[in-house]
Amino acid sequence: MLVPLVLVISFLAFCLVRVAPGGPFDKERAPASPDIERNLKAKYHLDEPMWQQYLRFIGVGFEKRDGEWRAFEGGLMRGDFGPSLKYRNHSVNDIIAQGLPVSLSLGMLSFCFALGIGIPLGVWTALRRGRWQDHVGSFFSILAVCIPAFVLGPVLIVLLGIRWPMFPVGLWGGPWHVILPAVTLGTYFAGKVARLAREGMSQTLQSDFITTARAKGVSERSIILRHALREGLLPVVTYSGPLLADLLVGSFVVENLFQIPGIGVFLVNSSNNRDYTMVVGLVILYSVMLLTLNLMVDVVYGLLDKRVKYG
Amino acid sequence: MADATHQLGQALGQAPETGESPNRRAWQRFRDNRPAVVATVFLFGLLVLALAWPLISSQGDVHSEAQFAAPSAEYWFGTDVHGRDQFGRVMAGTRISLMVGLVGALVSLVIGVLWGATAGFLGGRWDNLLMRTVDVLYSLPSIIFVIVIITTLEGVLQGWLQEAFGGGGGETARMLLLYAGLGAVSWLTMARIVRGQVLALRERQFVEAARSLGLDTGTILWRHILPNVFGVVIVYLTLTLPAVILYESFLSYLGLGIHPPRASLGSLIAEGAKQINPIRVYWWMIVFPAGCLAALLMALNFLGDGLRDVFDPKAGKER
Repeated sequence: MLVPLVLVISFLAFCLVRVAPGGPFDKERAPASPDIERNLKAKYHLDEPMWQQYLRFIGVGFEKRDGEWRAFEGGLMRGDFGPSLKYRNHSVNDIIAQGLPVSLSLGMLSFCFALGIGIPLGVWTALRRGRWQDHVGSFFSILAVCIPAFVLGPVLIVLLGIRWPMFPVGLWGGPWHVILPAVTLGTYFAGKVARLAREGMSQTLQSDFITTARAKGVSERSIILRHALREGLLPVVTYSGPLLADLLVGSFVVENLFQIPGIGVFLVNSSNNRDYTMVVGLVILYSVMLLTLNLMVDVVYGLLDKRVKYG
Repeated sequence: MADATHQLGQALGQAPETGESPNRRAWQRFRDNRPAVVATVFLFGLLVLALAWPLISSQGDVHSEAQFAAPSAEYWFGTDVHGRDQFGRVMAGTRISLMVGLVGALVSLVIGVLWGATAGFLGGRWDNLLMRTVDVLYSLPSIIFVIVIITTLEGVLQGWLQEAFGGGGGETARMLLLYAGLGAVSWLTMARIVRGQVLALRERQFVEAARSLGLDTGTILWRHILPNVFGVVIVYLTLTLPAVILYESFLSYLGLGIHPPRASLGSLIAEGAKQINPIRVYWWMIVFPAGCLAALLMALNFLGDGLRDVFDPKAGKER
């Protein structure tokens, strides 16, 4: 399933960026002479017909090299996204290899933050349903959902970075640099997770098997920890796939705000610069990550809910 | 007028316990939800203010000498880098944000309802095909596609518009793409919900009756099934609205949405964020548009939750 999907996605992205007017070499510092431009295009094979370029990109097919027919070198099939058209001396793989670890660690930290704050808050408000703790907790979770990262970020920078300088305001280095961006990115999702956890838990706590457990005299603590949580948190598990995707996307803004050298920055820039290989490479990267994550979520779902069967 | 109101009030007050209509009960439930009522009043007030403000004052567009003036009696929300009244700018931003949100949500409504209703009603192989497509789209980073589409297709569309209508197609092209793009990423949930509803309604007897009368599929769908889905659709429309507004402000923040001199709440926040420096903090440039955005989104969320309790009491889960 994954392979055909990636092919379709790569084809769509490939066509889309090429429909756009302008090319990768339009914004050169000195206006290139027609000769230079022709040579550049020839070097990156942009003068070939579209279908040939696409085949070359995925790495299926043959070309005449040194007078002999040989298979294309590199290509998506061999895990090679090709050279960047804008950052001339780097391949797309290089840039991804540099930025991805940073983006991923930021994303994972925010994920932990979102679940670490969201689940306890949601469960707690569900247990205190209808009381003042529920109202206060729910208000905060809605508030968190309504404050986008690009608002929270500047506010945190001004308050905790400039007014009371507790944290560095930008860049990426020691553990202190990580906290503000992770909180900025994670707060919105913490609110969302809390809302889901509250809905799921309060529905579960009203269901029959909990009543049975109570009637058997199981302690309240054991009811919540051993019986209710497993079912009540299913909505959160379902959401954690899209959540990770949203975290990756949300990191554009946060990386921009805190000057973090991740890959989010490259997508918008390269899309504007018509850096064809870069755009297609990043779109594929994001899609593959997302598809894999969703698959993992499905597996976890099956482990938690024994009623779900596969195959 | 006063008499009529009085009579109406009496009629409502004396609502008999017997024979309450479902609509009246729904209204009662909504009225008991205090956050939802407050949110409705607030939204209405904000809408009127945002629409009427250009008639009252045009200082939001006027450049003045007072650059970065702090909030005062003259400039309630202070001024920006060009000395424009921030209050007027925020109102203009609210107007555009709301409009983009509404149009985007409507686009998602049209696509989602058509898609979901078709899948649910036809069933079988078509249902499978349509809903698996939705599943696949769910698992793709849709906003990334929107970013790529907006940056790449803008020039193409601009060229077409200029050829067709001559001159100045840039702004229109951008807005059209923004509407289409935002609508195109937000219809998935709507399609799933509508499909589920239609699937349940299809088996009901009144549909069978309509079919036995010899009505064609289109008529049955349009006249008999869709009106019954209406309530749930309205609820999710209200919940889609804040999501679209948030997406729009996100894109505007990245510089892909609304461009100056026009303003949306997102682009205003971006302008404010640009002015952050360690020496002087122009807090009013961020706090007011951000506060306005947060209040708007919260009100819409409360309203949506309230409507959901009324129309769709059983559904609790998002997505």
